[in-house]
This record gives sequence, C-alpha cells and structure tokens, in this order.
Amino acid sequence: MALYPRPRSALIPVLHLAQEQDGYLTEDAMVHIGELLDITAAEVYGTASFYDMFFREPVGRHLISICTNVACMINGAYELVDHAEKTLGIKADTTTADGEFTLEEFECLALCDKAPCLTVNWRFFGPVTNQDFDRLVDDLRAGRLADVVPPHGTLCRVRRTVGLPAQVPFPGREGDPMKKPVRDGDGVGAAAGAPAPPVDKRTPGERVAEGQQPAREGAVPQVDESAAQILGPEGTDTGPTAGGSRAGGGT
Amino acid sequence: MAVTEVEPIVTARLGLPESWTLKTYVDNGGYAGLRKALSMSPGAIKDDMLNASLLGRGGAGFDAGKKWSMLAKGQPSYLVVNADESEPCTFKDHMLIEGDPHQLIEGTAICAYANGVTQAFIYVRGEFALGVERLTAAVNEAYDHGALGRDIFGSGFDLDLVVHYGAGAYIVGEETALLESLEGKRGFPRIKPPNFPAVSGLYGCPTVVNNVETLSYLPWIVINGGSSFSRMGEGVSAGTRLFSLSGHVNRPGNYEFEWAKATFRDLIEHPRLGGGVRNGNQLKAIIPGGASSPWFGPDKLDMALQHDVVQKAGSMLGSGSVIVMDHTTCAVRAAWRIVKFFHRESCGQCTPCREGSGWLEKIMIRIEQGSGREEDLELLLDVCDNISPDITWPPKQTTICVLGPSIPPAIATSLNMFRDEYLVHIKEGGCPFD
Ligand SMILES: Cc1cc2nc3c(=O)[nH]c(=O)nc-3n(C[C@H](O)[C@H](O)[C@H](O)COP(=O)(O)O)c2cc1C
Ligand code: SF4
Ligand code: FES
Repeated sequence: MALYPRPRSALIPVLHLAQEQDGYLTEDAMVHIGELLDITAAEVYGTASFYDMFFREPVGRHLISICTNVACMINGAYELVDHAEKTLGIKADTTTADGEFTLEEFECLALCDKAPCLTVNWRFFGPVTNQDFDRLVDDLRAGRLADVVPPHGTLCRVRRTVGLPAQVPFPGREGDPMKKPVRDGDGVGAAAGAPAPPVDKRTPGERVAEGQQPAREGAVPQVDESAAQILGPEGTDTGPTAGGSRAGGGT
Repeated sequence: MAVTEVEPIVTARLGLPESWTLKTYVDNGGYAGLRKALSMSPGAIKDDMLNASLLGRGGAGFDAGKKWSMLAKGQPSYLVVNADESEPCTFKDHMLIEGDPHQLIEGTAICAYANGVTQAFIYVRGEFALGVERLTAAVNEAYDHGALGRDIFGSGFDLDLVVHYGAGAYIVGEETALLESLEGKRGFPRIKPPNFPAVSGLYGCPTVVNNVETLSYLPWIVINGGSSFSRMGEGVSAGTRLFSLSGHVNRPGNYEFEWAKATFRDLIEHPRLGGGVRNGNQLKAIIPGGASSPWFGPDKLDMALQHDVVQKAGSMLGSGSVIVMDHTTCAVRAAWRIVKFFHRESCGQCTPCREGSGWLEKIMIRIEQGSGREEDLELLLDVCDNISPDITWPPKQTTICVLGPSIPPAIATSLNMFRDEYLVHIKEGGCPFD
C-alpha cells in the first residue's frame, strides 16, 4: 500500500493476497480489506466482482483454465475441453468432489503459438494433447508439480524488497490519504521498511531447471521455451544473437 | 518486397541464457541507454523521439514522441506502462516481459526521465504470473544496481517504479480503463474528452500511457539516435516491429523484422518465419491485426505489412497479431468465437455494445449449430449497423470506447467473404466442418 499515492490503488494486489490465503475471497476478507483501505465493503466487492481472476466461492486447489480463443480453437481447444471434462468427470466451470480441480474455459492467454494451451493456477502449459493433459492431471494430483504450480491464489512469489515510499502527501486534495498506518506483513506494503518476507527469486522455470522433475515432454511449462522459440528449431544455423527473430535473406 | 537483413532490437537478447537477469542484461549492453539518456536533457530526448517516428505498438498506433509532446505540464505526472496484453492472439508483450524485463524497465526509466515523471507503474496482466515474478525480481535488481530509486546512476534523477498486476479483464487494456483499474476500481473506460490521459489521467493528473513493446525500443533509440530508427521501415511504419503469428502455420511465434518491407506472404511462408501453412494446406483467410480487424483473403497475401497500406485496404495491423486460417477452418465458427469474446468482455456501460454483442453471439451460434434462418444474415448486419452506423472502415463510434465498434468487422467481413458458407450452415442445418 505504501507504494501507491492513494491506498485504494492497492486494492487489486491486496485482493490477490487475500485469495492467496484462502484460495478464494471470503466475505470476511473483503470487509477487512475495506477497513484497511478505508473504502466500503461494497466498493471492495464491486471491484472484485468485475475481474475474472477473483473467486467468491471456493475453487479447487488447481484451477485449470483452457484457452478457447481463435488460435487455440482452430487448433483443437474445444476438443481438449471435452477431453478434460471426461478425464476429470466434471463440466467446465465446476469443481471435482475432492476439491482438487476446477475447470474453466478461458479467453486468450497470450500463448497462442503453443496452441492449444492452458494454465494451472496461471502457470503455462502448451501445446497440450489429450495424453499430455492426462499426465498433467496425474502429476498435479500426485503433487509432482508442487514446485512449479503453487496452490490456487498464489500469483507472485517474489516480494518487492526495495523502493521509495510513494510520493505523499498528495497535493491539493483534502485529507491525507496515507493516514492509515501500513500494517506489517500486508505484503504489497512490505516494501516501505517493513521486514520483507524471504525472497525466493527462483521462477517456476528455474525450479524446473534445477532438477525438479516436471511433467514429461509436452506438459513442460513454456517458460524456457520462450527463448528456444526465438532461436528457431534446434539444428538450424541460428546463432544466439541471430534468431528466428532476425529474418534471413530475401525471399 | 522482402524480409530484409537487419539486426533485431527488442528481441536481440531473448535467446541468451537467463535473459531475464540483470547479469545477462548488463553483460550485453543493458542500461547503457539509460546512462546516456541521463547525460542528455529531457528536451533533447523528446526531440530525438520525434525523429524516431516510433508508432505506439499497443494497437492504436499513435506516434510516441507526439504523445509525449502533448503531455500537460503539472505535477505530479505519472507514467503507466500498459502490460495488460489481452488482445486475442497477441502474445509479444508476454514474451518481452518474461524474456527481457530489464529492457522494459530501462525503457520505462528513459520515458520517465524525458517526461519529468518520478512515479511510474507497470500494469501487468494478472494472468502473467511468471511475468509478474520476473519483473518484480528485475525491479529489485534494478534498484540495487542504481538504475531505479533515488539519484539514478548519480544523476540526481529519482524514479520509483511499481509493478502492479491486474485480475483478468480485457477491457482494462483500454488506456482509461487501465487507469480506473489502477485506482482500484472496476475497469470502466472513461469518456474522452475530457479524460485524455495526457491531460487528466491517473488521479486526474497528466499521465503518459505506453505499451510494453513501444517502451522496449527506447534504450536502442537513445543509443543509436532517432533517425537511425526511422531510417528503417517506411514513413510512419518506422523501425522494426514484432508480429505475433498464430493459427495454421508451421512455425507460429513472435517475429521481429524491419517494418513495411515484408509482406503477409513473407511472414507466413518464409522458412525463418511462419514456414508456410501447415500440411501444405490451402490458405483460407487471415485476421491481420487482432480480433477487431476486418479479415483478408489470400488475394491480399502480397500486400506489404505496412501501417497505412493495410489501413487503406480496409483493415489494420493493430496490435501486430496475424492469425492464419487454412481451408479446414469454419468461418462462421471463427467469427462466432470472436463475437463471444467481445460479448464476454464488454464492460456493459454502453447499450449498443452490451446488448448488441449478446444478440450477435446468439444469432451466430444459432447459425453455426444449424438452426439459423436466411433472414439471420440481414439481421446480423442490422445489429452491426446499430453498434457502428454504416459498418464503415474505420468504424464509426457511438460508444464510450472502441470495443463496441470493434465487434462488427469480423462478422461483416466473414459474411462478405464467405456468404455461401453461412448459407450452407442454414440450408443443411449444421456445420459442414463438423
Ligand atoms: C478495447 C481495447 C483494448 C486494448 N488493449 C490493449 C492492450 O492489451 N495493451 C496495450 O498496450 N494497449 C491496448 N489498447 C490500446 C491502449 O488504449 C493504448 O492506446 C496503448 O496502450 C497506448 O500505448 P502505445 O501508444 O505505446 O501503443 C487497447 C485499446 C482498446 C480500445
Ligand atoms: S463500448 Fe463496450 S466496452 Fe467500451 S465502454 Fe462501452 S460498453 Fe464498455
Ligand atoms: S488464442 Fe489461445 S492463447 Fe491466444
């Protein structure tokens, strides 16, 4: 909160933190956040309900979001949704009885070159075949991907450790928007002098690289491939600085 | 027309090991642009930006240097980086954020310095969990390196940069909705005028809003000079540009090359780029610039990927996404999916957009599933006309933002190009591609 000129700006990140704690937004959490940011619970609710990533009912530990937008659709996304429904024994937008999986159809995830693709708790996988999907579900269920895919609600595992407090007070407005003290451990506000939680600078990709066995080929997070993508397929003569991005001679 | 041999700018480092770390960045020339910028006057940088002719890469295609020159005086002023990439089949910013976050931070700092801004935000799409993590880690590193915070590189210039993340809503990519959202509210676009961000943006203060790719060019431009940038490309289509190529091609991906020199055919078929339509299939249609752009048929393959050329031909390059559909694609289904997207993402403030998108989706799904009527085709155009009068290009706007007028083009052009296919759905009572 201390990072923003006005506390309400912290609302979305703080809602994410609340969702990180419970996996969804409880009413208590929304009331508490309203008090924290000096706005009404209705305002908190009004904002939260606008955004697709916030849930106001419990969701599974693993939220599987399958993209069905154009690039994925024309590469079999709806067939993948059908298959996923069969494998999990549920319809889209519902949760398995054991609370492990929620399945949803999603809009473009900006991973269209890996179509059809999906995210699990917003960690990317693609392209995903039916077999990949089944393996992925097995691995998730067995906890083999726990390091790559944190529980639902956990978005950013890197905490800010640096920075200036926001430039306050805000000129020309009534009241000091910063009158509320920043509470320790409120995450986003941890920057301004509050002791920072331990920093884990490893990203999912790096964890994979560090030897955690991820799902086998096909279900590997996209992460490190973003580089490979630019380099072009292995075996071509593209050096590290002359990628597919540097288009070769004329046609 | 051909794909020319120029060094990539914004993707130059992406193939390097751990390209997202400070070490790789600095070892490969990173932050030299910011150092040079800080030795110049803000005015000199702004002048050079006018020479660069850097068209905004977020979709609206406004000259970045001109935008900066319109920023109202007044303190405080803010810089908000639009990293909310959610335009269907656009995935370039996602890659830049994950692959080279320091380049974005450096570009952001240069932009802030040139515009006298000391508080900047990068608004990242919430779904980009890895991107948020990499960017946050990079911001931590950049502060430690002296590239952000107080007295940057000993120049006396202060900048605080906050990585803010959203929570899933396409409309928030629209710049005034982005600012509403950053104020902790629902992502409702604001009425323009009077709410032009350059005059009345974040908290009512003058605000620069630029896209990730736009800002990522800045370090290079500062080092090499604006005219080196505008020497590449053609006219307003200056420099290099990233295209997100998806759909039925052998090598989908993001490709950066000199703008305005290559054609759609080059992008789709060149062995280093798209590598041709998959399985040697026949090309059916291209969507040249995001879900809101009118479609092109194979007859436009030899058209230059150039801003004004494509605009004149009745479409746009928009956010730089090119979707390729081969002959196995159902045009009705593809157009339906686009309308469904807009219906889902309409913020609901304007009746034509909110209701119109819903009606269109209903009619489209009815046709696709085989219970359409022939009159439905006229009805579709009628509803489109209600959303954007006369269904012109560029579309006329009766709504608060351009999402509404973006809905008709997919329907109108697919219907125009593939009317027979619509009719087959209706006559045969089902989708011929099922
Ligand atoms: C419905 C809608 C969605 C948009 N989505 C994005 C987006 O995801 N990313 C983006 O940079 N610009 C998006 N824009 C364009 C922004 O409003 C704005 O023009 C852009 O961020 C300015 O940056 P630029 O000048 O550097 O391109 C969108 C516009 C509209 C109308
Ligand atoms: S045109 Fe649509 S998305 Fe834009 S403000 Fe109106 S209702 Fe909202
Ligand atoms: S269309 Fe599926 S990720 Fe973009």
